[in-house]
Amino acid sequence: MSRREIPEINAGSMADIAFLLLIFFLVTTTMDTDTGLIRKLPPPIDEPVEDQDKVKQRNIFEILVNANDQLLVEGEYMQVTELREKAKVFIKSEPGNESMPEFKETEIPQLGVVPVSKQIISLQNDNGTSYEMYIKVQNELVAAYNELRNEFAQQKFGKPYTELVQKSGSSELIKEKMKAVKKFYPQRISEAEPKKVGGAE
Amino acid sequence: MSKFRKKGKKGQPAVNTASLPDIVFMLLFFFMVTTVMRETTLKVENVTPQATEVSKLEKKSLVAYIYIGKPVKNLQGAFGTAPRIQLNDAFKTVDDIPLFVEMEKEARDEAERNRITWSLKVDVNTKMGIVTDVKQELRKVNALKLNYSSKKTDKISN
Repeated sequence: MSRREIPEINAGSMADIAFLLLIFFLVTTTMDTDTGLIRKLPPPIDEPVEDQDKVKQRNIFEILVNANDQLLVEGEYMQVTELREKAKVFIKSEPGNESMPEFKETEIPQLGVVPVSKQIISLQNDNGTSYEMYIKVQNELVAAYNELRNEFAQQKFGKPYTELVQKSGSSELIKEKMKAVKKFYPQRISEAEPKKVGGAE
Repeated sequence: MSKFRKKGKKGQPAVNTASLPDIVFMLLFFFMVTTVMRETTLKVENVTPQATEVSKLEKKSLVAYIYIGKPVKNLQGAFGTAPRIQLNDAFKTVDDIPLFVEMEKEARDEAERNRITWSLKVDVNTKMGIVTDVKQELRKVNALKLNYSSKKTDKISN
C-alpha cells in the first residue's frame, strides 16, 4: 500500500535537459577543418646536388621577395596580383620562342607523346619577408598551375581539373586523367636557400 | 470542468513521450563523440593568412601542428614579443623540432608514419626567418609533407 503513495517521478523535463546539453555541445564544438596550401619540401641533401648550370636560364622563372615585401620577377618589379598571369605565360611556354622554357617530348598515359615544358619556378625570399607575403606568392603560383590545369583538362577531357580531382576517388579512368593533366603541367616550385640580406633582424 | 476531463481521458490517450529523452541523448552522444575539441591551448597569437587555392586536410589523425607567432598578450611580460614556436603545449626552440617529429611519429601506426602532414600554423605578422629555420629543420628529419595553414578567401589584394 505504501508504494502507491510515492508518486511517479515526472520525466517530462528530461528531454529539455538533454536538449539543453545537446545545444550546448552543438554551439561550443567547432568542426574546424584545417585548410591550407599543401607543399612538399625537397628531401635532405646527402648526395652532391646536380650541377646548377645544367638547368638553363630560359627554363627558370625567378622570383625574389625582399624584406620590404617587394617582388622582383625575372628582373622586373611587380605587384603580387600581376604575378599569376606572368607565371601562367611562363609555365605554358611557347614552341619556338627562345626566351621561353624548352619542351621535352614525354609519354603520358591518356595523352600519348606530348611536349611538356621544362619550366621551373625558383622562389627566393629574404629572412625579413613577411609570412603573409610569402603565402600570397605561393598562393598565386599554385593558382597559376591550377588555372592552366583547369584549362587543359577542359580542352582535353571536357571537365575542369578541379572536378577531376574531386571525382578521382570514384573511378580509375578519372584518376588516370587527373594524373595525366598533372604530368602535363607538373608543379615545380623550387625554394632557394634563404639569404640574410635586406637588413632584417 | 470535471466533466470535460473525464471525457478527454476516456478519449485518445496522450502520445507517449517517454522515449524522447532517449532520442535526444542519442543525438547528444553522437555530437559529443564526433566533434573534436582543440587539445592545445594557444600560447601564441595565431591569425593564419588568407589564400584562394586552399585544400582541405583529409585525415585529422595524421596531422601534427606547429604554431609560430608572437606570444599572447598576457605572456608577453615573461616571454617578450619575438615570434616563438609552440609545440603541443609549450614554447620550444628550433632545436626541439627533431624530437617533436620523432614523438609524433612514434604516436602513429608504423604504416602511417610517413604520411603525416605537418601543418604550420603561422601568424600573418611573422617574418620568414623563423619559418625558414623550422622548414630547414623539418627537412633534415625527413618531415617533408607540409601544410601552410590558411583560410579560404575569394580574392587576395596587394
